[in-house]
Amino acid sequence: MLKKENRIFKNLYNELGWDIENSLKRDDWKDTKDLINKGREWIINEVKTSELRGRGGAGFSTGLKWSFAPKEVGSRPHYLVINADESEPGTCKDRDILRFEPQKLIEGCLIAGYTVNAHVCYIYIRGEYLNEGKRLQEAIDQAYAKNFLGKNACGSGWDFDIHIHYGAGAYICGEETALLESIEGNKGQPRLKPPFPALVGLYGCPTIVNNVETVAVVPTILRRGGKWFASIGRPKNTGTKIFCISGNVNAPCNVEEEMGIPLKDLIEKHAGGVVGGWDNLQAVIPGGSSMPLLPKKVCDTLTMDFDSLIENKSGLGTAGVVVINKDQDIVECMARIARFYKHESCGQCTPCREGSGWMWRILDRVVKRKATFSDIDLLSDVTKQIEGHTICAFGEGSAWPVQGLLRHFRKEVESRCREEPLIKKKLNNPYLVDQHLLENKNA
Amino acid sequence: MSVKKIHDNQPKEFKFSDENLKKVDQILKKYPEKNKKSAVMPLLYLAQRQNDNWIPLAAMKYIANYLAMPYISVYEVATFYTMYNLAPVGKHFIQVCTTTPCLLRGADKIVKLCKENISPNENEISKKGNCSWMEVECLGACVSAPMLQINDDYYEDLDEKSTKEILISLINDKPLKPGSYRGRKNTSPEKNLIINGEKHA
Repeated sequence: MLKKENRIFKNLYNELGWDIENSLKRDDWKDTKDLINKGREWIINEVKTSELRGRGGAGFSTGLKWSFAPKEVGSRPHYLVINADESEPGTCKDRDILRFEPQKLIEGCLIAGYTVNAHVCYIYIRGEYLNEGKRLQEAIDQAYAKNFLGKNACGSGWDFDIHIHYGAGAYICGEETALLESIEGNKGQPRLKPPFPALVGLYGCPTIVNNVETVAVVPTILRRGGKWFASIGRPKNTGTKIFCISGNVNAPCNVEEEMGIPLKDLIEKHAGGVVGGWDNLQAVIPGGSSMPLLPKKVCDTLTMDFDSLIENKSGLGTAGVVVINKDQDIVECMARIARFYKHESCGQCTPCREGSGWMWRILDRVVKRKATFSDIDLLSDVTKQIEGHTICAFGEGSAWPVQGLLRHFRKEVESRCREEPLIKKKLNNPYLVDQHLLENKNA
Repeated sequence: MSVKKIHDNQPKEFKFSDENLKKVDQILKKYPEKNKKSAVMPLLYLAQRQNDNWIPLAAMKYIANYLAMPYISVYEVATFYTMYNLAPVGKHFIQVCTTTPCLLRGADKIVKLCKENISPNENEISKKGNCSWMEVECLGACVSAPMLQINDDYYEDLDEKSTKEILISLINDKPLKPGSYRGRKNTSPEKNLIINGEKHA
């Protein structure tokens, strides 16, 4: 369990007040100037020592990412972009940071911006978080009024401006290159990598894209030292993390805990236990909907960090824990997730655009008990055809949950299938027809 | 991918109001001079707000002219993102989150209530002409599930009773306050409500 003095987001529940005066009492903006004056090398080294891994899902080393930005500013300006397009089902941690700890984020932006040589930062907030965006804008205005931002920000000699850009309801814009496309005023379709955004990003300029939580913990790491952060959790999976526990638990909540906390502790001590008791647990999605689900027998001993979840063929992702108990139809839950991916696919790569629809239709047939046994192999084949054949990680994100279902709950799926197709009659569809128009009412 | 339909009855003209033109100037300052195109998303939002929460084709053409970009690029953006409404919606526009975390806590009941109280089908204006509803994907308030969004505001921690009250208040044009309907002010674990699912939706 995390000790109280090691908590980074002291105001996660807004018990101390979100505005700048109260934030200052919590040591936000304390000695920021001195931290910046210690120089880029020192900041990057300290973040590397802390072994901070990106909190947006991929878990890439933040210090390493920052070191990829060109050391000298050439003809093109550098940009810092903060990804607050939080749309992963099961995840709502960034919302609380935007609402209740905005100064941590703003201070983190200044430090990160200085480190990667950026004078301008865009915070990309999902469009639905309009009220959270207004709150952040208020906090930014308060920071400007105190000269923490703007010309010679915080007395550091570095000019820094923050702008908010709203998304408009596209899940795919959480992918960093799609997000950059979206800021540029295009549809949010991911770009091919390489070149990586650190060299060619927003407007063709070097750009560093970081998640809200990643940037918001940086000031505290620098103040208390990378070694302190690295001492929490276990090697390579260090520090604290906000877990979002939702679904069939008695008290769904967001909670900051150390990495590597046992899943059972997380659910029983913080979220009030599974509805109907621990034995009533059916499965857990450990890291937002893109990560494969895990059955109860794995959950009994599971610890929540990047590497131990990969060992169990899942992933920490965004640490959005969705608890599913035995009262639920597991296939229906996963079919709904498949529908989510069908709806959110950007349509750029064929395997994902078509495959996500295939997966949803097959799972929907299973739920309605109209599928045959051969459909299961077809479904498994479709997931393999999508995985690794797309530009961005959305393909994996849509295929993995279905693979997880087949890996752990194949019997459940089979029990809903039959030998022969229910309708043998051939459908009288014209030969060449847009599939999506046929299912217009489902789209 | 979602399919979006353009409305049949399109107004012929669209122009930003003077107040909005000032806002446009503010928005354009955020982006580099030669990348005016970036402002297309905020401008579409402004147009949507000015035009009763939906974007007519005339507005897209106007914005295309304003930002000196091809009309098709604006059309592309407006049809790609789900939050731009291309057909009229109710004055109270209800979006029910139905993705798995909300589904697990009874989002289907809320959908059923919407069907009973507002209109039998999605995206259909209610009889009294002031509400419409639709199912949407995850709205990012999973620990306060089930929830719905009415215009800009989140209504969280719902159950059948509170949802019905909210929907009826909308039909009567006196919307209830947004926020949590179990009295939560944040996302901390509730201490007093450890009941095996009884009091939750």
